[in-house]
Parts: sequence; structure tokens; C-alpha cells
Amino acid sequence: MKFVSEYRDPVAAREFAAAIHKITTRPWTLMEVCGGQTHAIVKFGIDELLPQGVTLLHGPGCPVCVTPIELVDKAVQIGSRPDVIFCSFGDMLRVPGTQHDLFQVKATGGDVRIVYSPLDALKLAAQNPQKQVVFFAVGFETTAPANAMAVHQAKRQNVENFSILVSHVLVPPAIGAILSSPENRVQAFLAAGHVCTVVGFEEYFAIAEKYRVPIVVTGFEPLDILQGVYLAIKQLEEGRAEVENQYSRSVRRQGNRPAQELVTQVFRVIPRKWRGVGEIPQSGLGLAPEYATYDAELRFGVAAYTAEEDAECISGLVLRGVKKPQECAAFASRCTPEHPLGATMVSNEGACAAYYQYRRRELKQKPPVVEAH
Amino acid sequence: MCLAVPGKILSITGTDELRLARVSFGGTVKEVSLVYTPEARVGEYVMVHVGFAISTVDEDEAAQVFEYLRQMGEVGELERLK
Repeated sequence: MKFVSEYRDPVAAREFAAAIHKITTRPWTLMEVCGGQTHAIVKFGIDELLPQGVTLLHGPGCPVCVTPIELVDKAVQIGSRPDVIFCSFGDMLRVPGTQHDLFQVKATGGDVRIVYSPLDALKLAAQNPQKQVVFFAVGFETTAPANAMAVHQAKRQNVENFSILVSHVLVPPAIGAILSSPENRVQAFLAAGHVCTVVGFEEYFAIAEKYRVPIVVTGFEPLDILQGVYLAIKQLEEGRAEVENQYSRSVRRQGNRPAQELVTQVFRVIPRKWRGVGEIPQSGLGLAPEYATYDAELRFGVAAYTAEEDAECISGLVLRGVKKPQECAAFASRCTPEHPLGATMVSNEGACAAYYQYRRRELKQKPPVVEAH
Repeated sequence: MCLAVPGKILSITGTDELRLARVSFGGTVKEVSLVYTPEARVGEYVMVHVGFAISTVDEDEAAQVFEYLRQMGEVGELERLK
């Protein structure tokens, strides 16, 4: 496939890896904040091509993983109603709530459906006027324009039986929260290419300057990630802290303006709870007052509900880069993708799920790696 | 979750909010909204996320990863000759 296969060329990957070895003189710790990149790094073994002292930490880059347990409970409550068709992207169905997940709702007779796009849910609403159709609007900046368009079109077309359960989070506030934590070890960031395709990367200049941290906007294929790592380490070695754009075939500095305009019209920036991390100020999106009638939390009276997560799960530490998945006692024993205890094991883009899928045999043979801080 | 896949635009219908394209992903064809990429034309590649094109692929920039690698190789050669 054009623009995919050429970026998986093993010869070029080895050349980039050799170049990284050549410029690296000291240990460095980098973090990516994108589940797609985490998955690619572990799947293609990119971390294993790097010099021994270079550590890739996997940040809170999976919106499915960071959706707080109380929102999953709300989805279960709404999806269990006989008058509701509950629509979601497939990977939210397995995410455990306090007692149930959406698959169990479906198994016990709830009308829960997997859709590819929020517009599919809107179509279902138009076709089923006697039902309430609710879409679970989970995602980062990348997905917000699609969800904004669904709500905007619902309003224009007067589709009154459509609403969305919003769980939208924003990447830069999470990076800020990690960097301002006293336990932070991250020295450079790979910024997520598709988030920046939508919002651009101007917001990162202030972060790079304030925390003296290199930020490289990076794509998703192995060569993209290796070049991103190379550029970040080159900056660290040269004592620079700048914003660079590795993924220029898709990302423009200002991002996608028409998409940003509709997101600004439909949503407002609000504080959000991140599963495993806690509440981060101004870190998410909620519907703007003009669109409040499409807010499923208000429509079904679940806005005030709260819940706490499992105490054994260390996903918060994994998401902040303090621990690696294999350092958890429950990893691959009491916590598996079939029975996840928490955030990072629930979606296949979560760090624990990626390590479980690609690394669990070798990790079982070796004792857990304790890294020098 | 933020997965976006590059695909080639085969045809375009409609205007503004209802501007749609048939996009081929290595042979699999899907309908995609072009509302956020008004500049996209037939024959170009777009990055598609949950049914929406979020950018057009810049073909010149797409070569820069390999160009960068080639330049690094040349610098290495020059250093060796010093």
C-alpha cells in the first residue's frame, strides 16, 4: 500500500538504527503519547533496535484506556435501557466498568452496536425515530472533528433522537501534567502525528521552551518512529529543545483549520478525569451550551454519577512513565486483555496490552527489568 | 484509536458538508467525507480517520524520510574521507 509499505523497509530501518547508535553518547528517556505509536514500537520491536541506554516510555496516548471508569458505567447504564440503540467504536465494548462492560450489556439483550464512524450512528437515528440513538464519543483531538460534525448535522437536520456520551481528551495538557510532576523522567517527546494533523503543533512551542524538552511530531510507521527518535536524540545530544515535524507529509504547522473551526463551535474545553491519572484541568472537551440538548449525560440524567477504580492496578504509574508494564505483579496473571484490571490492559493500544501481545513469553523468561533512574 | 489510513481518491460527489469521495485503500473502496479537506482532488491521497479525510498527503514531503537518510549517508561518507 502506497505511503505505508515503503515506511516499513527493513534496510532503511537498520540504517536509521545505526545512525541513532552513532549519535548517542548517553542514556536518554523518551516518551510517545499515542497508542498507535506504542503498538507499532512493540509490534515491530523498534525499542530493541535502540542503544541500551535509550528508553521509550509509553504515555497516556490511548483514549480508550484513559476513559474514566464512571463514564464506562454511564455507558452501561444508558446502553441497558430498552429504548436505546447504543453505538460505539469496537474497542470500547471490552473496557470494564465497576461491574459490567458493554459486551455484557449486549449479551443480556441491550442493543449495543459497533460503528465505524459517528455519522453511521446519526444515520441509525434517522432510520429509527422511535428509538434514542447514543454514540460513545471517545477520542483525542484527531476524532473530535468527526464527532463535532455528527452533532452539527443532527442539529441541522433536526434529528432529535440522537445524542453523544462525550469522553474527549486533549494531548498537550497531559504532556504538561507529566512534565510538571516531581517524579518525571521524560527528557523528550514524540508528539502524535494524527493529533497534530488536526490541531497543528504551535501549542508545543511554549511547552518545549518552558520545560526545555525536545518535541518531535512523529508518524506511525517504523521509519517514521525511528526518524522521530533520531531527531529527538540529536536535539538532546546537542542541548537543543525545539519543536520539529517529522511527519510533514500529513502535518502542517497550523493543522486543519476547517476541522478546528467546527470543533470550537460544537465543543468547549473543560477539566477531564483521566483513568489511572486523575483530573487534569482544561484537558478535555464537553459540548458547548448551544449543543447541550445532544449531551447524553443530561438527556439520561447520569451526569452526577461518580465511581472509583480498582486499587491494585498501577496503570497510572505506567501512563506517567514511572513503571513499565512487566513491573506490575498482576501483569499477565490476574490482569490480561480478557480480564483487564485497568486502563492500559483494556485496549490493544494500551502499553500493558501491547506488551502482553508481543512480549509476554520473553518477559516471563527474564526477571523484571529494574531500570537505573 | 487515532489510526488514519492513506487512501487514493477515485471520485468525488456533492459539495460543502456533503462532499463525499470514494477512496481506495489498496483496493478496498470506502465512502469518505471530504468536508475537512476542501482542497482534495481526484487522484490525490488523503489520510482517513473514522470516515473523514483529515489531510491530503503531500507527495514531496513524503519523500523526506528517505532524502534525510540519503543525506546522512553522504555526510558519513565525507567524514570517512577526512
